Amino acid sequence: MIPNSQETMTSIRPNTPSTATEQAPQRMASGHSVEVDALQAYYGNHQAVKNFSIAFAANEVTAIIGPSGSGKSTVVRCINRMHEEISGARAEGTVMLDKVNVYDPRVDVTAVRRVIGMVFQKPNPFPTMSIFDNVAAGLKLTGWRGDDLRGRVDQSLRGVGLWDEVEDRLNTPGTALSGGQQQRLCIARAIAVEPEVILMDEPCSALDPVATLRIEELIDELKARYTIVIVTHNMQQAARVADTTAFMLDGELIEHGPTTKMFTKPEDERTERYVTGKFG
Amino acid sequence: MSVTTASRRGPFDIHARLADRIGQPALRILTTLAGIASVAVLVWIAETLVNQSRPAMSAFGLGFVGHTTWNPVKSTFGAGAFLYGTLVSSFIALLIATPTAIAIAIYLTELAPRVIRRPVAILVELLAAIPSVILGLWGIIFLSPFLGNHLEPFLKSFLGWLPLFSGSPSPYGMLNAALILTIMTLPIVTAITREVFQTTPGELKEAAYALGATRWEMIRKVVLPVARPGIVGAVILGLGRAFGEAIAVTQVIGNANQVKASLFQPAGTLAAQIVNEFPNASPGVYQSSLIYLALVLLVMSLIVNIAARVLVRRRKVG
Amino acid sequence: MESSAATQPHGLLTPAPGAGRRKAVNKTVEVLCTIAAALAVAVLLLVVISVLLKGLPAINLDLLTKNPAAFGQPGGGISNSIVGSAILIAIASLIAIPVGILTAIYTTEFAPARISFGIKFALDILNGVPTIVTGVFIFGVLVVGGTQSGWAGAIALSVVELPIVARAAQEVLDLVPRSLHEAGLALGLKRWRIVLRIVLPTALGGLITGAVLGVARVAGETAPLLLTSSIWSNLSYTTNPSQALPNIPVTIFSLSESPSPADHAKAWAAALVLILFVLILSVVARAFHERSRSRLRG
Repeated sequence: MIPNSQETMTSIRPNTPSTATEQAPQRMASGHSVEVDALQAYYGNHQAVKNFSIAFAANEVTAIIGPSGSGKSTVVRCINRMHEEISGARAEGTVMLDKVNVYDPRVDVTAVRRVIGMVFQKPNPFPTMSIFDNVAAGLKLTGWRGDDLRGRVDQSLRGVGLWDEVEDRLNTPGTALSGGQQQRLCIARAIAVEPEVILMDEPCSALDPVATLRIEELIDELKARYTIVIVTHNMQQAARVADTTAFMLDGELIEHGPTTKMFTKPEDERTERYVTGKFG
Repeated sequence: MSVTTASRRGPFDIHARLADRIGQPALRILTTLAGIASVAVLVWIAETLVNQSRPAMSAFGLGFVGHTTWNPVKSTFGAGAFLYGTLVSSFIALLIATPTAIAIAIYLTELAPRVIRRPVAILVELLAAIPSVILGLWGIIFLSPFLGNHLEPFLKSFLGWLPLFSGSPSPYGMLNAALILTIMTLPIVTAITREVFQTTPGELKEAAYALGATRWEMIRKVVLPVARPGIVGAVILGLGRAFGEAIAVTQVIGNANQVKASLFQPAGTLAAQIVNEFPNASPGVYQSSLIYLALVLLVMSLIVNIAARVLVRRRKVG
Repeated sequence: MESSAATQPHGLLTPAPGAGRRKAVNKTVEVLCTIAAALAVAVLLLVVISVLLKGLPAINLDLLTKNPAAFGQPGGGISNSIVGSAILIAIASLIAIPVGILTAIYTTEFAPARISFGIKFALDILNGVPTIVTGVFIFGVLVVGGTQSGWAGAIALSVVELPIVARAAQEVLDLVPRSLHEAGLALGLKRWRIVLRIVLPTALGGLITGAVLGVARVAGETAPLLLTSSIWSNLSYTTNPSQALPNIPVTIFSLSESPSPADHAKAWAAALVLILFVLILSVVARAFHERSRSRLRG
């Protein structure tokens, strides 16, 4: 179904003027870039993403901004193949991770999602599970048990700064936490399986400003170890957390580049109008 | 206030007010009476059964429930054997129906192509629309010979060392009744389970998929735990239905007043015993004992239904 | 596909240990679930086709239009049972449908929340009362010491039908948007007019559905009639509800208990008539149900 183009790896660079991303700190050893080429995504007959190509640099935070309905969520859902869980939805193109196309028919979709973690708009801890079991959920699938499991759960909770807040009530339901804590729990759940890439689909849209700030600080810490793509409708947030920003409109990538440049002197007039609040 | 609005209606003023004055309380009283009637019937059923089983109650007391003798000639009656038959046939039915219903509900909510989900769901639910007397007739003509000649000898040859599958195969008996009850309860349990599954929030399913869960792992980790109270309610509701089924069970269970470990043997249930003997029972202790059976059955179904409704409802609210 | 994907999934996207087993388990469960669904549909088809195969050869005009033959005589039909069933269902529905709908109006329009909850609960419980118990109840109230009658049978059926009609009606009335009430009140209409002129017409489709479902359900009820309307003479046409009325379910039941193949054939023919009636009503009601609900939901 997906036209396979392992060979096109070389021609991945989008034609947007973004050589600046290449000068980002070279820490390729600890992270992995994600290269999207000619991505088309559909819901039934409606095309939500049109010929989208971009490279998300390793150990960087890339923000995707754009008005609602511009296809930014669809793009990230295509990266870990969550898009295809929606009935009638399909995608074409390639998403290269570590020299492998995640849409290769021989790639196991569950492996894709382990390597590319996801955090959702609304905090969604499993309501029937305790805080501990929420973080352990992904690990248990691959047979983690006992002390190893406990160690990794602790480590993940510490990683999101939640450990001190919940260490004495690991067996209480995850849904009993506050909204911001729930979202950090969900991030802990995602990083527990040690992904390389974390996708965040408007992770703060359901949170208050204080909780939002915590998450943003966390994102800043996490980028040392992960490649992060964050969808946001909030331009201030993009400006605060992202190294690179991509602007989408009507399913197309209009422009992408270093965040400061995108917000100060964008090249495309539509980007300028959007970042200055003239539409959307 | 009503005066000012009414006066604006001009010539219809008086008629409208008159109609309102009669219509409003009339509808209120009529509907209130109907509401009371619905509750009153329930009380009246209980009262009638308690009243008319009194002769049997004073003769046999509460021991009636456990006593297994049923002898119209000697006027000694006990519900024990029928209670046993009711419980065993219903439990076996739900033992088979529950996993099957959950599997069907999974198919209908997660696996089936979208276009065939509704039609298949309707077909499964239509199973509940088949009148029990027809299912019983089908049980007599088609299921019984199959059981007596094929299924039971097969079970016996493999599991004959279990008391449950010992003894000689026979077309009519506990197993036949249990299978008919399975068919009758399956659509009920499936329908409720499917409804509960459908209420699983999509974002939880996505969370599981995003962790790299397979479909079954997603169902096991997310859908089933969230749905559990609802499924338990559905099973109990099915149990209530199985307890009370009279006609189809009478047609296939063989109607014997005995407690046998073997599922091949004829047995009896509370409901089937009433169907069998009520039409010919002489008034007095005999008839009163049959009404006492009905009372035991009513109490069982009340307990089970109240428990199920509480569980299913709590699920809906929470 | 094969040629273009030259490399095996490797590196990061190597499947986690145990992935093969997990996939196999998943596939097994999927297959089992599909089999379960197929099995349920197969049982339905098996029963319906059995009835068709056995009933169609036995059905003929005589069967539908003639009374049963005198004892020991061949031939004869079940027309008395068809007519009797029609009368029983009609009387039962004339009681249950109005009372059920009025109850539903009371709970959605007039009753305080707690009483409304209590009545709904009672109706659910009543719906769970075994129909044989309903039969014993009506026997105890109307038949004991006297004789069976069509009235007793019909009233027993109405007790079975009432909770079905009432709960279905409550469901649709609950779906009628409150804004319609407010629109009526803003026009200065009294509540009873709002109910009769706005609420009921809006919910009509759903109310009919509930009534049809109730009819479909009691059409096949056997147990209550066995105790209240099962002893009749086959030699005369009875349409008088003060006597026991012949009816299809009890006819099928007694014919099914007979050892004679000729009786079985008649039972299948009667079963065919009944199952067609019930299934057609159920399917029609379901179709209606979907439509009226989706319309009310907007």
